[in-house]
Amino acid sequence: MSTVPENLRYTESHEWVGKQDDGTVRVGITDHAQAALGDLVYVELPAVGDEFDQGDACAVVESVKAASDIYAPLAGEVVAVNEELDADPALVNNDAYGGGWLFAIAPAEAGADEDLLDAETYAQQLG
Amino acid sequence: MTQNTPLHGAHVAAGARMVDFGGWDMPINYGSQLEEHHAVRKAAGMFDVSHMTIVDIQGAQARAFLGQLLANDVGKLQVPGKALYSCMLQEDGGVIDDLIVYYLAEDWFRLVVNAATREQDLSWIQAHAGSMDVAVTEQAGLAMIAVQGPQARAAAARLLDAEQAAAAMALKPFNALAMNDWFVARTGYTGEDGFELAMPAVEANGAWAQLLDAGVRPCGLGARDTLRLEAGMNLYGQDMDRTVTPLESGLAWTVSLDQERDFIGRDALLAQKQAGLSRKLVGLVLEDRGVLRHGQKVLSEAGEGVITSGTYSPTLQRAIALARVPQAMGQSCEVLIRDRQLAARAVRPPFARQGAVCDGILQA
Repeated sequence: MSTVPENLRYTESHEWVGKQDDGTVRVGITDHAQAALGDLVYVELPAVGDEFDQGDACAVVESVKAASDIYAPLAGEVVAVNEELDADPALVNNDAYGGGWLFAIAPAEAGADEDLLDAETYAQQLG
Repeated sequence: MTQNTPLHGAHVAAGARMVDFGGWDMPINYGSQLEEHHAVRKAAGMFDVSHMTIVDIQGAQARAFLGQLLANDVGKLQVPGKALYSCMLQEDGGVIDDLIVYYLAEDWFRLVVNAATREQDLSWIQAHAGSMDVAVTEQAGLAMIAVQGPQARAAAARLLDAEQAAAAMALKPFNALAMNDWFVARTGYTGEDGFELAMPAVEANGAWAQLLDAGVRPCGLGARDTLRLEAGMNLYGQDMDRTVTPLESGLAWTVSLDQERDFIGRDALLAQKQAGLSRKLVGLVLEDRGVLRHGQKVLSEAGEGVITSGTYSPTLQRAIALARVPQAMGQSCEVLIRDRQLAARAVRPPFARQGAVCDGILQA
């Protein structure tokens, strides 16, 4: 059974969104997603300053099995990326909600994350 | 409707992730494909390969029949137990399947062919057996476990009694022994030492449990694929199929054209050789970061090619591939990954075997 922390928001495509104190949000993939993908071996991140609309493909995670697009859960500008994943992509497998975060976005619209799935709804989607 | 091997319950109980593979519900991994891969390179791993098809060719004309059926020459098999890798071709030289043929007795040869091509293989073999004095028998009642890695043979020998174990341990590479209803072959698909064991289906779960007790790690089809690709071994349906010949698939070494032996596809291969080959299968190592995948385009001064098998290599810790490229292509090329062109270098496989990266694969 995969974990779904209460304090995060989720997308149907298995990204998680975590609000930071400064109003930006961190984005990663869920425990369910990392388990389904298998061992990650490469992560292609956006550049700081890139702007995306909600639903845009903005990063790629590659496991031993396959490459998977990561979609921007919110519209906004990339303000940070997790450079540690360059050397250690397995962080996403080992700590999906912590050290395995992918990038941070300054949302174009404050509070937009409230419209995403809450933990209970996402957990129900997993069945 | 997918089929289950006799070990299906053991895979599910072990928490394996299951996938459909050629109509069989098979384990892709038991948690970490990378750890399974390294276990085989460094210690011992086991694969359920019961989905593969075992076909016995028996009768006075078995050798003569296989001489016509296979592109490699069974005449090379002179000592009982010896195995040979070969392609089975159409008249036009296209590859129907690749297989291993084991010479067990003058009137008994055993073929192990791919699961995904089972029906086409069996009907092709039956059709060409025609009027010859051979019986073609599928051994569907046998399960098969591949135990691979530097510690694999010692672990697998524990399944046998003392006399059988001694005989099994004395097998040279690419040799096999039939022992009552068991079959022990020192072959594999990983680039490591080990055995492939065929046994009555009812004995498979006991053998699997004993191997587990001996410290052999269950490995799924995911690790099997990265191991075989590192070892420079082709996968049927990806690296070759009916639309290409062995000569365009890095398998010229498995085609025996020098004798007068008239096998199916011979004329087409001779004609192709005379006309000159336009494509070749090479190994690629990605110089940049990223992962090579099946279907990606290869760009070079000599023209375009395509990746037939690509993966992240756990041993090299970078991406490797097999690619079909223009015959004239040299060492340097680029691969189109999404919208980027990344530098790659053509090499001669294998990439890694026996626990280590092969010479000449990584530049100093």
